Amino acid sequence: MNDVTLTNIKKTYNKGEVVAVSDVSFQVEQGELFGLIGPDGAGKTSIFRVLTTLLLPDGGSASENGFDVVKDYKEIRKRVGYMPGKFSLYQDLTVEENLNFFATIFNTTVEANYDLIKEIYVQIEPFKKRRAGKLSGGMKQKLALCCALIHRPTVLFLDEPTTGVDTVSRKEFWEMLKRLNEQGITILVSTPYMDEATLCERIALIQDGKILSIDTPENITKQYPSKLYAIKASRMSALLHDLRGNENISSCYAFGSTTTSHLNMKMIVLKQN
Amino acid sequence: MKQFTSFVRKEFYHVFRDPKILLILFGMPILLIVLFGFALTNEIKNSNIVVCDFAKDAASQRIINELAVSNNFSIDKSVLSHHQIEEAFKSGKIQLAIVFPANLNDDLLHLNKAQIQIIADASDPNTASTLTSYVNNIVNGYQNELMVNNKAPYQIISEIRMLYNPELKGATNFVPGVMALVLLLVCVLMTSVSIVREKELGTMEVLLVSPFNPFIVIIAKAVPYFFLSMVNLTLILILSVFLLGMPFKGSVLLLFAVSSLLILTALSLGLLISNSTNSQQSAMLISLMGMLIPVMMFTGFLFPLENMPMPLQVIANIVPSKWYYIIVKSIMIKGLGFSAIWKETLILFSMTAVLLTISFKKFKIRLA
Repeated sequence: MNDVTLTNIKKTYNKGEVVAVSDVSFQVEQGELFGLIGPDGAGKTSIFRVLTTLLLPDGGSASENGFDVVKDYKEIRKRVGYMPGKFSLYQDLTVEENLNFFATIFNTTVEANYDLIKEIYVQIEPFKKRRAGKLSGGMKQKLALCCALIHRPTVLFLDEPTTGVDTVSRKEFWEMLKRLNEQGITILVSTPYMDEATLCERIALIQDGKILSIDTPENITKQYPSKLYAIKASRMSALLHDLRGNENISSCYAFGSTTTSHLNMKMIVLKQN
Repeated sequence: MKQFTSFVRKEFYHVFRDPKILLILFGMPILLIVLFGFALTNEIKNSNIVVCDFAKDAASQRIINELAVSNNFSIDKSVLSHHQIEEAFKSGKIQLAIVFPANLNDDLLHLNKAQIQIIADASDPNTASTLTSYVNNIVNGYQNELMVNNKAPYQIISEIRMLYNPELKGATNFVPGVMALVLLLVCVLMTSVSIVREKELGTMEVLLVSPFNPFIVIIAKAVPYFFLSMVNLTLILILSVFLLGMPFKGSVLLLFAVSSLLILTALSLGLLISNSTNSQQSAMLISLMGMLIPVMMFTGFLFPLENMPMPLQVIANIVPSKWYYIIVKSIMIKGLGFSAIWKETLILFSMTAVLLTISFKKFKIRLA
């Protein structure tokens, strides 16, 4: 059974001048952890906003749990959880107040669904009297996730939840998503990071508002025609220079930090055949 | 209902945790009341005048004494030539000069007629005409005294009574104006900024994807500012009655009732502004700049509306504070009841209804 269905969704801005999403169709099955992978400006946020009834599509249709995003927006708003890309909780309210507030506006209480958020909430509970604006990036994300989960949504939309979060917190965050997913919540997550894509059950690669391919991460990597190499060196600029001079290499990029430890001096090189 | 109270509580948190909001909310009214009560006033006190007494006789001394007794003037008694008087005016040292010609008393006694010259700096026409009329009053008073000894055959004496404000205190005029100004500005500013802030911080995005009714958002936003404005109003009234000695003749209850109506009008205007803007900055600009000037100009406490050209008088009708100003003056100073102000109240009420309807209609249930 499909929890989320998009059929030929189109979204434009500035009266049709800027096409953000064109003819996007995909389905997300119930209980699936689905990733929307693409660079900035690919149309990920626009798709999420259409699905969360925040924007009207300019063409096509979409539905969640069988409810249409345009017609039945009120039903959808009761059922889905949404965590926007930008931290969107009240910075001047404490952790506890934020959580209680969002529980109340979803007509529920923190106690009623505590089992769902317990695992995440215990990590930020020591700071429950602290104002949300004073939390670290990782803790903010945890709080936002708690608030998005507090009404036990059937589908959870996470728009770039790990952007701007440190590596350790990112890893933790994905572990939490996995566990939520095991509890049967359908999760749609977008990210610009390819390494996170492998953690999803299925991913859709999106660029310039168009879906490039939808498959499991393994299949997508298998389909890749060339060989990939990671090359490390202590002097990044020299390495880049040498590699770019080699005609057998189609392209190469610096990856990771170029200033700190040698471990980060890593490159991905795409080699022709 | 639980949703609603929870939302209202959240709004109170926002207000009490932001020192800037508290400062605007309570600092501005106190500042304005004190400013208008003490510093900014159109009463004329201690104007510098120069007296050129060429007569130095009984008549001129009498008039100069009268002038000195009134606290409107501070007198410089020096004999200046006409040329020097003009210099003094140009340098801005004096606002008025009185020239008594030689032989003033003799002329009065023998010719039954004498002239004195009053020269005023009319670059500020209001001050000039007020000052000359003060001097005229004093001269007329002396003339009447002379007539007691020497009865004129026919006399019309105008008996003047200054109703409601016999001492001609400026506060009586300003306080109702400042009340209108403060309530309108503070309410419009606060509500417009508070909704736009939710949009700017992205919390509106999360609120929209919830079963929360947008109408409740609007009302819940207005509730805290309504209560805080009532506190504000009480503060202004206490200050003006006990500090500025404002009269309070009418019903306190009635004043609070119509004030709450004005607050509602202002809140709905603030909602309308916030629904039409997307950043706190523009909301603040519109509500401060767009409100301050019309309210200052068209309320009637700085410039009398009756003297304005017709088009401006028509525009003044859509400024809510104009009607509120009339109501407050009627209740506080004249002590009138509801029967005297029902028309103005009805106008305010209709304004609120129209503004609220538009802002509900304009409230976006989606992002764009």
